[in-house]
Amino acid sequence: MKCMITLKIIPKDNNMEDKSNSRRQFLKLGAGAGAFALAGLTAGKLLSAGQENNANSGKKIKVLTTDGRVLEVDESQLADPSLDVVVDKDSSHLGIENRKFVMVIDLAKCKNARACVEACVEGHHLPSDHEWIKVYLLQNSEREAPYWFPRPCFHCDNPMCVSVCPVGATYKRTDGIVLVDNERCIGCKFCMTGCPYSARVFHWNDPPELHETAPYSPETTFPHKEGTVGKCVFCADLLRKNELPRCVTACPMGVIYFGDIVEDTVTNGMETVRFSELIRDRAGYRHLESLGTEPSVYYLPAVNRQFPYERGFDGLDPKQKERYENTAAYKINPLLKHE
Amino acid sequence: MNNATALKTGLWKQFVPYLERTSKWWYILFGIFFLGFIFGLVGLYTQITEGHIVTGMRDNVVWGMYIVNFIFFMGLSYAGALISGVLHLFRSEWRGPIIRMAELTTIFALLIGPCFILFCIGRLDRLHYLIMFPRIQSPITWDVIAISTDIIGCIIFLYLSFIEDFAKLRDRTEARFSGWRKKMYRILALGYTGTREQKKHLHWARNVMAAMIIAIAIIVYSVLAWIFGVTLQPGWHSTIFGPYFVIAAVYSGTGLLIILMALYRKIYHLEAYITKGHFVKIGVLLLIIAAFYGYFTFSDYLTKWYGSAKMDKVLIDKLFTEFYFVFIFSNYIGILLPMIIMAIPGLRTIRNITLAAIVAVVGLWFNRYLIVIPTLETPYLPIQDIRMAWIHYSPTWVEWALFIAGVSVFSMLMMLASKLVPIISVSEMETVEEEIALKEKNVQSAKA
Repeated sequence: MKCMITLKIIPKDNNMEDKSNSRRQFLKLGAGAGAFALAGLTAGKLLSAGQENNANSGKKIKVLTTDGRVLEVDESQLADPSLDVVVDKDSSHLGIENRKFVMVIDLAKCKNARACVEACVEGHHLPSDHEWIKVYLLQNSEREAPYWFPRPCFHCDNPMCVSVCPVGATYKRTDGIVLVDNERCIGCKFCMTGCPYSARVFHWNDPPELHETAPYSPETTFPHKEGTVGKCVFCADLLRKNELPRCVTACPMGVIYFGDIVEDTVTNGMETVRFSELIRDRAGYRHLESLGTEPSVYYLPAVNRQFPYERGFDGLDPKQKERYENTAAYKINPLLKHE
Repeated sequence: MNNATALKTGLWKQFVPYLERTSKWWYILFGIFFLGFIFGLVGLYTQITEGHIVTGMRDNVVWGMYIVNFIFFMGLSYAGALISGVLHLFRSEWRGPIIRMAELTTIFALLIGPCFILFCIGRLDRLHYLIMFPRIQSPITWDVIAISTDIIGCIIFLYLSFIEDFAKLRDRTEARFSGWRKKMYRILALGYTGTREQKKHLHWARNVMAAMIIAIAIIVYSVLAWIFGVTLQPGWHSTIFGPYFVIAAVYSGTGLLIILMALYRKIYHLEAYITKGHFVKIGVLLLIIAAFYGYFTFSDYLTKWYGSAKMDKVLIDKLFTEFYFVFIFSNYIGILLPMIIMAIPGLRTIRNITLAAIVAVVGLWFNRYLIVIPTLETPYLPIQDIRMAWIHYSPTWVEWALFIAGVSVFSMLMMLASKLVPIISVSEMETVEEEIALKEKNVQSAKA
């Protein structure tokens, strides 16, 4: 689980002299923007990048790990995940062959740790106020128990957002993923009113530019574009590299399972299980099934839960806590401290 | 016939001074509306440079006042489309003095309405994608096709009704028009001299266009309603929305027509032509439409409330708490007051009828607001947002500025149009007289 290491590059001036080394473009960009965080860079990735490029450049880069250690590694050992998975637009319209992705979210394990939200925001370089995965505090009716409800995009098989798009900017792939082409999107927001799950967000103002020269791909939807719509992409960029979505690997409780309905297998990074058996044994369901949108995201009901839902308020930022304060689950609970 | 000729020459005498000269007050009023237009431009500039963040719209309420204004102005354009079309087709004898106003309203509202959609779109620079990469599955594509057809159809219909008057203006050599005006009238008259053949063709063309305009207008407004109706959102997902929007549109259009009749009657001293009888007749039309509109409104909310699907219940509760006064004003007063005024003959004065029309139009604007905003504030997944300010929608100055600009541009166009051609269609008055004369003749011959 602890495979997520965030590395921060400290650029050195002498690295900047050799401008012919275009393969290392991201370093120059990094220098341009000052020190910036490379999220989702795994230790495993660091090594594999080294194996691919056997010639050492001889230049040493200082990197900072999340636990505060400064390491010096060869330049060729580094890879920027946000740049090396970019596929061109035509390929991004086709799904990954023989795949049909599916997600299962175990509500019994979720305690609003918000690691999925943070990893998503960081990994996709989302501007502030943008969350592609949101954690709701739901309570179906007064006498039912409240539960935490992480909500990514459901990547519906009958997606309303795709039907209503007037220019084909949002589309459904053969592997089940629904993507947005931000270079096609005209920003009419019809998809946002069409989506019954509020899964889409809008770039109301100019998003900050982080990687000016990173080529755009609908799989990363990066660089973000003002006046267009964004949403969860099931980490289509990582799937191309056979890696799990960021929210799945980030979750400390193993709440989110991700997998392939063709292989009938899902994994949360800790255990790998048969999708059909998991759904059968744990009474899996889809949210708002009655709407007929056929989501690709399934939920396991919060039975035999590992924590009382009140634990979800532990260590919450006051600003984040504020968003749940209007819910009945918060208001009527004597265990929660009400200011 | 004697009376008719007197009316005709009187009308020309009345209008030619207005067309020749422009009063000080006209310029002042025009200046005020022009300032409103400039205010809107400032708002639009701010929105383009700083992004849509300057509006009150956020991730939940993604469609705000712009869409409200869009459907509102599209509704107003019905004043002409349906009323002039229907009045023309059924040869109503009282249509003469008001048909031109109705047609002008149609075309101006129809030109302003779609602008509000443009303000709402995040990437105006990609607007041509709607034509380059259209997807016929999308109701917005239906809308693009329907609205552009409607605009072209209305322009043709309006122009056909103008040809005879343009020819008359061209032939009025005694009027002191400037050179460019004479030239313009000559070109626009298309060589029409009023021969029997020309008259026949023009009449036929106008009848065909009147019928087509009615059909197109119904389609346009239904498509507009389906933009909401086809989604799964509570409050929008309703089969009644198509006809409901159509009747609401006619309601607001008729109301606006009454307001314009009252204004022009006063400003141009048309008391002899636009009489109380006209107000009562069109007021009765308003009463009938109000009854239908009220029935549709009641029917829509009753089924939502009685069945009490969870989200519908949440929405209705919200309408009767947070939006209580707006709801009462738009859906009770806005429907019942015009009905009461028109139902009691003693209350049918020109002033009361105009008041009823104002209440109807304003009430309908709020009705549109209640259709768009509360639904977007009531998504299936409750809004639990980190930004408390993002939960409730309230329009910002930019949105108000563009609304004011829309009203101002409409007023400016109406003012300009009344300077270019008589606001009462002289040729239409003549045609009506001829029709009446013909009818009398037929009656007499039948008796004999």
